[in-house]
Order: sequence, then C-alpha cells, then structure tokens
Amino acid sequence: MPVQIQTLEQAIRAAFPVSHLEIEDQSSGCGESYSVLLVSVAFEGKTTLAKHRLINELLKNEIAQMHAFSQKTFTPAQYEAYLAKAT
Amino acid sequence: MLRAAIRSSLPALRPAFSQGSPSLLFRRLLSEQARSQIQSAVTASPVVLFMKGNPQIPQCGFSRAVVQILDLHQVSPEKMKTYDVLEDSELRSGIKEFSEWPTIPQLYVNGEFVGGCDILMSMHQSGELEQLLERHGVIPKLAAEEPQSAQS
Repeated sequence: MPVQIQTLEQAIRAAFPVSHLEIEDQSSGCGESYSVLLVSVAFEGKTTLAKHRLINELLKNEIAQMHAFSQKTFTPAQYEAYLAKAT
Repeated sequence: MLRAAIRSSLPALRPAFSQGSPSLLFRRLLSEQARSQIQSAVTASPVVLFMKGNPQIPQCGFSRAVVQILDLHQVSPEKMKTYDVLEDSELRSGIKEFSEWPTIPQLYVNGEFVGGCDILMSMHQSGELEQLLERHGVIPKLAAEEPQSAQS
C-alpha cells in the first residue's frame, strides 16, 4: 500500500513538538518518494546524525516501503539561520 | 567474499524468525558472522561508500550526489572503496541493519558511520565534511584557509 502524506504527518506530529513541518511528495503521487522538513525544539543539542536517526526510527516502517526518503531537520534557531541564508 | 559470507549465514537463521517478536527479529537478523564481515568491509579503506551502481555509473541520484561531493573534495581513489548494493541484495539489507540506517547511500570514514545523502549534503555546505576528511587524514589540510568563495 502506498505511503500517505497524512500518515507521515500524523506520526511526526504525535512524536515531536512541531514548530514547522513540510512534507513533499516527490513521487508524482505513487507514494514512493517523500521529502520532509521538520523544525522542532526536540532537536536542541543533537547532531544532524542523531536528528535523522530519530526520524528514521519513527518512520521506520514507512521508509521501508518507499524508494526514496529525504529529510531536513532543524532546531528553531537553525531554521532561522537556514532561511536567512536562503534569501 | 562478503557476499558469500552473508549469504551462507542467513539461511540458517531463517527458521528462527517465525518465533521471535518483531523487535528481536530485527536485532537478530544479522548473524555475528555477517556483522563481522560488514565490520571489516566498512574498515577496508579510510573512506567506504555503499551505493547503488559505481562511481562511474551511479544508478541513483542520491548515490550520484554523494560521489560528486567526494569528488569535489578530491578524495583520492586509493583512499576510497565503494560497494554496489544492487549487485548484492544481502549486503543491501545487511548494511541497513548494521548502520541502523534505512537508506542507501551510506558513507563510512575510518569505520565510523557519517550519514547518507542528506547529511553529506548539509555537511558539505557547512564545511563540516571538509573538516572531517582533514581530521581523518583523508585529504591534506590546507595550510591557510581559502578565502570565502561560496556562492551557492
């Protein structure tokens, strides 16, 4: 069964205090490829590797069903810096 | 060698799967033998990349991106070894469990898991990757910092 965007969103919102969340279906609808951007205070003091492991663990079953999964994880302060850089 | 070892060790484990709980199953999927084979694979070279395809012909955009990043940092071929997981399905699943990381590509530096494509991209952009490669002696340290030339 294809992975639904709602499934990912619910799982993430249930597990982390979310300041900002973007989930993009990059598969043209077949549910095989998603990209997630999550900003959360839960990431304070964690390395990028540790942050990604949190998401990987949470979405383990869903990721196993996809072809591709990409993620960006930020603390609120890191996200501000990221936005400032991007503009 | 790696392939043969992982393959030979897996069938013996299969009957046990039906009994254990899912989490136990997950942890026991890799036999000690398979684990030690992968351990020696990740330490076979200072830089080890598990990818889809090979550096000349990557079979996946994420693998291609990582190869390009390493190329940008001028990691020399003698210091790098790549494994094509598409040629070896046991390795493909084995490395995911070994690293506890669900996706390919995966990069190891001096036996230590660094990350997949997203992490390498962000480390590349922040300069952390260069520092890491320098610290592990994979690329020579620059005597003086180059002036800022980032225009991304």
